Amino acid sequence: MLLELQGVSMAFASLKVVDDLDLHVDEGEIVSVIGPNGAGKTTLFNLVTGVYTPTGGDILFAGSSIRGLDPHQITRRGIARTFQTLRLFLNMSVRENVMAAAYGHTKAGVFRSMLRTPGMRQEEREIRELAEKRLAFFGERLMGYRWDQPAYSLSYANRRRLEIARATATNPRLLLLDEPAAGMNPKETQEITDLIGLLRTEGGYTILVIEHDMHVVEGISDRVIALDHGVKIAEGSFEEVATSPQVIEAYLGTGGMAKK
Amino acid sequence: MSGGYDDELTRPLEGALEATTSEGPTSPAVGRDEWVARHGGNRVQRGGRLGTLEERLRIVPWWAWLATFTALFALLPVVSDSGYVRRVAFDIAIYLLLALGLNVVVGWGGLLDLGYIAFYGVGAYSYALLSSDHFGIHLPTIVSIPLIVVIGACVGFLVGLPSRRLTGDYLAIVSLFFLQLFLTVTTNGDDLFGRNVTGGANGLLNVDPLSLFGHELPVSKDGIFNVAYLYVVLVAFVVVYVALRFVNLSRTGRAWRSLREDALAAEVMGMPVNWLKLMSFAFGAAIAALTGTFVAALNASVFPLSFSFPLLITIYTMVILGGAGSQAGVVIGAVLIGVLLELLRDPGDSRVLFYTIIVLGLVAAFRLSKRLAVVLAGTAVFGLVVHSIAGAVDNDWVNGAGGAGGGVSDFMANWVIVPTDTASWVAPVSYISLVSLALILTLLRGWARLALLVPVLYLAAFVWENVMLSKPEPTRYIILGVLLIGLMIVRPSGLLGEKRVEIV
Repeated sequence: MLLELQGVSMAFASLKVVDDLDLHVDEGEIVSVIGPNGAGKTTLFNLVTGVYTPTGGDILFAGSSIRGLDPHQITRRGIARTFQTLRLFLNMSVRENVMAAAYGHTKAGVFRSMLRTPGMRQEEREIRELAEKRLAFFGERLMGYRWDQPAYSLSYANRRRLEIARATATNPRLLLLDEPAAGMNPKETQEITDLIGLLRTEGGYTILVIEHDMHVVEGISDRVIALDHGVKIAEGSFEEVATSPQVIEAYLGTGGMAKK
Repeated sequence: MSGGYDDELTRPLEGALEATTSEGPTSPAVGRDEWVARHGGNRVQRGGRLGTLEERLRIVPWWAWLATFTALFALLPVVSDSGYVRRVAFDIAIYLLLALGLNVVVGWGGLLDLGYIAFYGVGAYSYALLSSDHFGIHLPTIVSIPLIVVIGACVGFLVGLPSRRLTGDYLAIVSLFFLQLFLTVTTNGDDLFGRNVTGGANGLLNVDPLSLFGHELPVSKDGIFNVAYLYVVLVAFVVVYVALRFVNLSRTGRAWRSLREDALAAEVMGMPVNWLKLMSFAFGAAIAALTGTFVAALNASVFPLSFSFPLLITIYTMVILGGAGSQAGVVIGAVLIGVLLELLRDPGDSRVLFYTIIVLGLVAAFRLSKRLAVVLAGTAVFGLVVHSIAGAVDNDWVNGAGGAGGGVSDFMANWVIVPTDTASWVAPVSYISLVSLALILTLLRGWARLALLVPVLYLAAFVWENVMLSKPEPTRYIILGVLLIGLMIVRPSGLLGEKRVEIV
């Protein structure tokens, strides 16, 4: 198991957002997390990446506990994420956005940078190549003249792609994607579906993804986990979860509409 | 992570490039982008001579700009042998260093550090204590300067420590408190636990001059300012500029700017945000402390009041006006403000400056249009009429101006009212009504605005001649403030600052 949550709980003041959650992701898997708004999906991501420290339970990554570590330490161990509400470095160039994320696995210090030692310049070249490679993953979308453009000049869909490129530049093993298809048109959504598959086959990442678009979820998932009110209500293949009475109830309520 | 798949990652790119060139059947579903494919046609370029000039200037590398700027600066003492000009050049070089240091904290780190000037003071006081009879320590410069840079960095680090989790307003308040603490300690430091440490309000005197390779650099040569000090500071400026440029283009610089853009995203992308904040604080502090040593050595003395609030605002103005985050911009900002503050000292120069700014402002607002002519002519006629009415009522009302000299000053004497002696209420009333009318002006549109503009301009001239000119010290800062407000309206990111977007 690459990632394992053992009885994780999270409460803000007295409000329980995630309650005694058990969850695991195996190496090489693509797992989707679904659930209505406010189900605790993004909180789950914040717990795994260390933005919040769980109030109960433990989180294991590659066999060791990452509970209580700072987010940047967790990232260095191999977990990277994107944000549902895009959080790019808007006033930096597209390429610099990706280069910045290489900070964790590079080491040139300030003084070496001032002197531009051969070692530092070599590392800088490698960071640049890495960034260009990660951007090249998206085909032409983030290529050529766009490298030197500020991130704010990108379209919404390209910003989502840049967020993924930036996350992969941290050289992660586990990639957390928070609603990668949100706000995209059907064609772009199809592209994102293909892309998530490519991220696994070509990139070798294990992927945990939050998604509302059921076509995407169906297209990519090895396994689906449904959350509601911070509790896991269903887990299994897409068909199993999609037909689960609890999931239908969570999405549609208990009225007559829910009956199939 | 095992690097094996890195090479695999380029595959989609190769596929994509193939697809654009040969339209082959291998064209992937992922990543076709029409805009990128024909981006050449979408580029906007300014036409005409200005466009060509822009293109040509873009080729000039950064170090050529830096070398030209420094060479011009260094040639100043050759062009002019006036001790005053050289001293002003030295002061501006000091501003350059201070602005470069502040740019690290504010422009790159995005931290509102209002205690910055205290670090400058720490450097100056450290030098004075380590190179004077006060404690009988006389360290050679070659030892004391590196030591003081380290001291500055450490103090910056310590001040940053309690505030590393603070951002925005909270950090500003805590750092401002530190500046006040520094001033209080230095002012009352003549009796610090029974010992005289800082000399109190009288400061520390008889500080050693700099010594290079065993030679002392006297602060004045043949009775005027010793140019060697200017060169020392210029060398420091070039070193600091280049070093900072290199840091900015390294992983540390990128991390600083990421932190400025979005601290949470930076942290989650693997950057230790708290450490980076401390580092940028320490960097700014070290540069400020280094600058302090030069000033203490040249003045042969340090006083608490040299490190107070007005200087902080001046340096901030330079950074903001030039464009926070852009080193070249900050340099231009420092030179502009430095020269401006000096010009505003002299009533004659500042008068020329004042009316030039007004006319340039009008030209910028109206372009060369009919309305500009209407406003200018209207203001001139308005003034002449008011002046002759006032003169007819009581000659004392218009006799204050020294109308000697030809042309312009003759016209001015017959245009703006300058009473022989003004009642005490005139100054505050005219000043306050000028500010209020200027504010009302921003609410009006169309012809009403033009109509009100004429008396407002005249009132501005009246206030300038009667109130501001007699008090040059506050006037300098008021003019600076007005200029800054004006510039921020036209170019919110400063002269050379990159266009900034906060939320999209």
